[in-house]
Amino acid sequence: MILTIAAQEFKSHFISPLAWILMAVLQIILGYLFLTQVETFTLMQDKLLNITGAPGLTDVIITPLFSNAGVIFLLVTPLLTMRVICDERRNKTLCLLFSAPVTNSDIILGKYLGTLGLMWVIVILVGLMPFTLLLGGDIDTGKFFANGMALILLVAAFASTGILMSTLAEHPTVAAISTFGILIVLWLLNINQTMSDKPNELIQGLSLLYHYQNIQTGLIDSRDIIYFLLYICTFIVLSIYCLANQRLQK
Amino acid sequence: MSTLIEVDHLSRYFGKVCAVNDISFTLERGQVLGFLGINGAGKTTTLQMLSGNLAPSNGNIKIKDFTIINNPIQAKQCIGYLPDTPPLYKDLTVTEFLIYCAKIHGVSKHEIKKTLENVLQRCALISVKNRLISNLSKGYQQRIGIAQALIHNPDIIILDEPTVGLDPLQIKEIRQLIKKLSEDHGIIISTHNLSEAEEVCSQVQIIHKGCLIVKERITELMQSIKQCSLLITTKKPIDCVVLNAIDGVNAIEKISDYQVKINYLDSLDPTQSIIQCSLLNNWALIEVTPIKKSLEEIFISYIDKEQS
Repeated sequence: MILTIAAQEFKSHFISPLAWILMAVLQIILGYLFLTQVETFTLMQDKLLNITGAPGLTDVIITPLFSNAGVIFLLVTPLLTMRVICDERRNKTLCLLFSAPVTNSDIILGKYLGTLGLMWVIVILVGLMPFTLLLGGDIDTGKFFANGMALILLVAAFASTGILMSTLAEHPTVAAISTFGILIVLWLLNINQTMSDKPNELIQGLSLLYHYQNIQTGLIDSRDIIYFLLYICTFIVLSIYCLANQRLQK
Repeated sequence: MSTLIEVDHLSRYFGKVCAVNDISFTLERGQVLGFLGINGAGKTTTLQMLSGNLAPSNGNIKIKDFTIINNPIQAKQCIGYLPDTPPLYKDLTVTEFLIYCAKIHGVSKHEIKKTLENVLQRCALISVKNRLISNLSKGYQQRIGIAQALIHNPDIIILDEPTVGLDPLQIKEIRQLIKKLSEDHGIIISTHNLSEAEEVCSQVQIIHKGCLIVKERITELMQSIKQCSLLITTKKPIDCVVLNAIDGVNAIEKISDYQVKINYLDSLDPTQSIIQCSLLNNWALIEVTPIKKSLEEIFISYIDKEQS
């Protein structure tokens, strides 16, 4: 049942122009940023040759590309997730799912996976860009896949926040703004800690950016993976709870 | 006949407001149960609870052998629900939407095609099956709403005001469909239209301010709301003195020269005598209409009865 709802949600994004425009715009922006990084590398290439242990092609082009993609997803996710449950409630189509023999978990997970499907399609499109580098050089595949995994986990975390806000909010724009607010706070939580000699472990541990960058380095630490999995589970469980609560309307 | 729904002391509060107050009833297979009530009476809230959209504050709902609180999935499999606003994904075509509905209601893959054809035919949607729902008229959208409630062939069909906003022809079609469906399903419909209840329901329940004030067969209800009044309309002026002389006539209220309202004794229906009298006096009779109570008047009379 989850897959049926997910497939419908995934398709619904492509029925409206939203998914197509989003993919086109993101490809243009990230394509431009990718080419900028390629140009930077070409300019720095001679200098880098003379330095021992200098950053390679992957460090100069791929890691910044995925970092930029992370920021862009931060801006785009609220727009993608704001309507998921909120619009169903406003259009009174949610009762179709409520009266069907499906559980609240089926509804939330279906909607979540459907939206995540679209976001992962965009991640794959971003991931395909670095493959063009193979035409003229070698890339560090380990680091490349680490970056890919980091972005996959990051968008999954973003989407879970978006789903919760969409379940809670009465209006899609409220859902979008609150999702954006939560994500930006969790993203920037770490910003003043990087400068200090003794960073606060709790603040660092809560920061999305900190864990994202950790995986991007190519060192896969189970703590970072667990952080993302726990983050996703928390928001999904809260969404299921909020949806169940709607039947109790006090 | 088998019992499909058993509602036991059901109540629903919104804050301190009691929307549904301690109602109990049953629904049998082959029965069309009409929920009558003015707006805000608690009809929709009751139907939302029956369909699993709203949790009851108190009481129990048993759908066949399953309670909706403990076995919601099994219970909902037996129900098809059309809310007051049809829940439609307007970006989809009729076929796409109904296939999705069939899937979420657990219709198996190889049965979908057969059920889809069946439901398209029953709801007269074949001619529009490949069109986008957003481009269809309200009548068609209502029929798609009914189709989604029937797609998994449920034992119980719950329709919340299924004919609101439709034109007379569409209303007639939907009522015919409901009658046809009642042959092998149990149906609950809510309406605030007395004539609709008279036409399609076998049993009616009147709900007022959340309480069930009447629960009887439609024929009995129609009998009890007969008001012993006639409205006479003619082409030529009526002589009230002549009318007053007829046996059984209790009082005459003159509306105009060509229209009077007659109250008569319950034991002596003077309709035939009035028609004959009109012919003899050459009033050119156009219409003799028995006056029925409005829904509001029924509520008032039942509430008065309860209070006394």
